[in-house]
Amino acid sequence: MTHYYDSDDLERFGEIGKHRKDLADKFFAYYGAVMEKGALSKREKSLIALAVAHAIQCPYCIDSYAQSCLEAGSSMDEITEAIHVAGAMKAGACLVHGIQAQNSVDKVMM
Amino acid sequence: MTFPQFASKLEEPLVTFRTTCLQVNMGKLCNQACKHCHVDAGPKRTEIMTRETVNHVLDAVDFLKPSIVDLTGGAPEMNEHFRFLVSELRRRNVDEIIDRCNLTILLEPGYEWLADFLAEQRVNVTASLPFYMEENVDRQRGKGVFSKSIEALHLLNSKGFGSDLPLNLVYNPQGAYMAPDQQELETIYKRYLQEHFHIVFNNLYTITNMPIARFKHYLELSGNYNRYMNKLVSRFNPGTLDSLMCRSLISVGWDGLLYDCDFNQMMDTPVETEERPHIADIRNIQMAGRPIVIGDHCYGCTAGSGSSCGGALDSEEEAVAV
Repeated sequence: MTHYYDSDDLERFGEIGKHRKDLADKFFAYYGAVMEKGALSKREKSLIALAVAHAIQCPYCIDSYAQSCLEAGSSMDEITEAIHVAGAMKAGACLVHGIQAQNSVDKVMM
Repeated sequence: MTFPQFASKLEEPLVTFRTTCLQVNMGKLCNQACKHCHVDAGPKRTEIMTRETVNHVLDAVDFLKPSIVDLTGGAPEMNEHFRFLVSELRRRNVDEIIDRCNLTILLEPGYEWLADFLAEQRVNVTASLPFYMEENVDRQRGKGVFSKSIEALHLLNSKGFGSDLPLNLVYNPQGAYMAPDQQELETIYKRYLQEHFHIVFNNLYTITNMPIARFKHYLELSGNYNRYMNKLVSRFNPGTLDSLMCRSLISVGWDGLLYDCDFNQMMDTPVETEERPHIADIRNIQMAGRPIVIGDHCYGCTAGSGSSCGGALDSEEEAVAV
């Protein structure tokens, strides 16, 4: 193995069912059902998924959902805002833990 | 790459139904040279339909009595016989005369007559606007095209198009990806164009970029060809087959040759007959039940919700897959 990520592997995702196909089938059925148009549109779900993809920094998901967003008619402004939401959430989640640090410091300080 | 031939996807051969639409390519001359254009049209192209061929088209209209005559190009309005053809079609009471308009032609010097003429003739203007935002449109169609398109749409709206007269817009992806859901995108277009520019229109048609000609060249150069074809093949939707435009349309090339669709025309694969079929011989050509010439580009019209000159074919919804 010379590298860890290969874009061609994205299309091989289904091969995860090579072993314990029953589990893979359950996952893909669930995944498909979640991503279908429901109370939220496919467009809204794609933007949410793209933001999450950035938050979890999954290159496969980023590639896939950047395409999905285009295919759902999102503009680059919308795509960029979704990524900023992920960034803001990550930054906010980091910074709000600063209160824990302050609490910890306060507890031992005279 | 290898992918299954389109023919292997069919349970029975594709054949034509009754011809209801005559699509006429009036020439490859265009005032624009868009990156995705499957016609390879542009300002330097010289292939243009002659008056003699236009007369054959009118004769074919008398014979076939299509409810729709769909004029395309290039920019069909740049053909010097455009006005003659449209007037004659209107005189013949053709239900729907479609002008595939690139919008910017309406603002070109020498075309000041065009908007009024289209209104007088009650032409269905079906205009290219591949996105509702400037950045995307200019990237595909050239710098300044979006603002000119908006100006042209204002002009068309002022003549009654979009309210009393039909004005439809055409979206196509700005690269190697599939078109969005037509209905959802139409709502977004309508809201955005109304809020930002006070523009109204009737319907939005979403179409797929065909992997032929200039767009195929782009796919290959950018390393996207395999992925794009895989996407089209994996999204093959048999539900589109009965509504394919080639079932009920015959396409006339600028030189009068006949094709099952506009894309076959660009690939120079004419209607299947013993000799090269010409519009002048329309009476000798089997119209209904004729086998349709197919190729791998047919995946473009049958992927997902399908694609045609009138937009999506099937309201199939697909789940997004990682």
